[in-house]
Amino acid sequence: MSETTAKTDAGLKEANLMPPVDVIEDANGITLHADLPGVTKDKLTLQVEADTLTIEGEVSFEMPAGMESIHAEVSLPRYRRVFTLSKELDPEKVSAEFHHGVLKLRIPKAEHAQPRRVEVRVA
Amino acid sequence: MMYRTLFPRDMFAELDRLQREMQHAFDLSPNIRGVARGGFPAMNVGSTAASVEVYAFAPGIDPAALDVQIEKGVLTIAGERTSALPGKEDKATAHIDERFSGRFRRVVSLPDDIDPNGVSARYRDGVLHVSIPRREAAQPRRITIQ
Repeated sequence: MSETTAKTDAGLKEANLMPPVDVIEDANGITLHADLPGVTKDKLTLQVEADTLTIEGEVSFEMPAGMESIHAEVSLPRYRRVFTLSKELDPEKVSAEFHHGVLKLRIPKAEHAQPRRVEVRVA
Repeated sequence: MMYRTLFPRDMFAELDRLQREMQHAFDLSPNIRGVARGGFPAMNVGSTAASVEVYAFAPGIDPAALDVQIEKGVLTIAGERTSALPGKEDKATAHIDERFSGRFRRVVSLPDDIDPNGVSARYRDGVLHVSIPRREAAQPRRITIQ
């Protein structure tokens, strides 16, 4: 799995925040954690199209009326990050959890790419 | 212990990461209270006539483990976030490691007119929202002309 940095047309038009991620690979698949604070479950969009995984989320948090911003480190209302999945991953079996603003994605490897133990018999 | 792949599959992604890390290393902060940009959690501060609103973007933390304090007009938010990265004994490789882990502490100095007794704090969707009301006397009041 690698990240796609080539911007699409939509990516150029709108500025987005890039959520920090951890990507961990083990023998059976890949686990991705992404920090998306301020995104509610219904404002999170996950898309797998061919070999492209897109994570998008809209930031929404309650603000009292008439609030004036003094200092802002999260200054854009949208997160977006695109990854390219490699061939051995199975995009059909992606599972996702979203809890306290952390997205956990599990992408298992396709059957043929699963590790297999080969028995060595000594004659 | 974590390993990065020796042969990056995407050169541009790798360069982008490098650039980000360089930026992180050289971004010297002029703030006396430490890192202003790129610190964890990221913070937004807003103000209304009646209150000061502080938002800390701290996802993936047990709200009970968050420590929020106000002392002498200084708001401190502290806590700890556990790492999702594999341990030494796990047969796993970390390809990207960007998320913060470990103990954190961030401090905001508040204006003089706040009322520390009326503070409320909520944690929702990974955002800690601390609302600190201003003192009644300090709030703007319209004076009727007779």
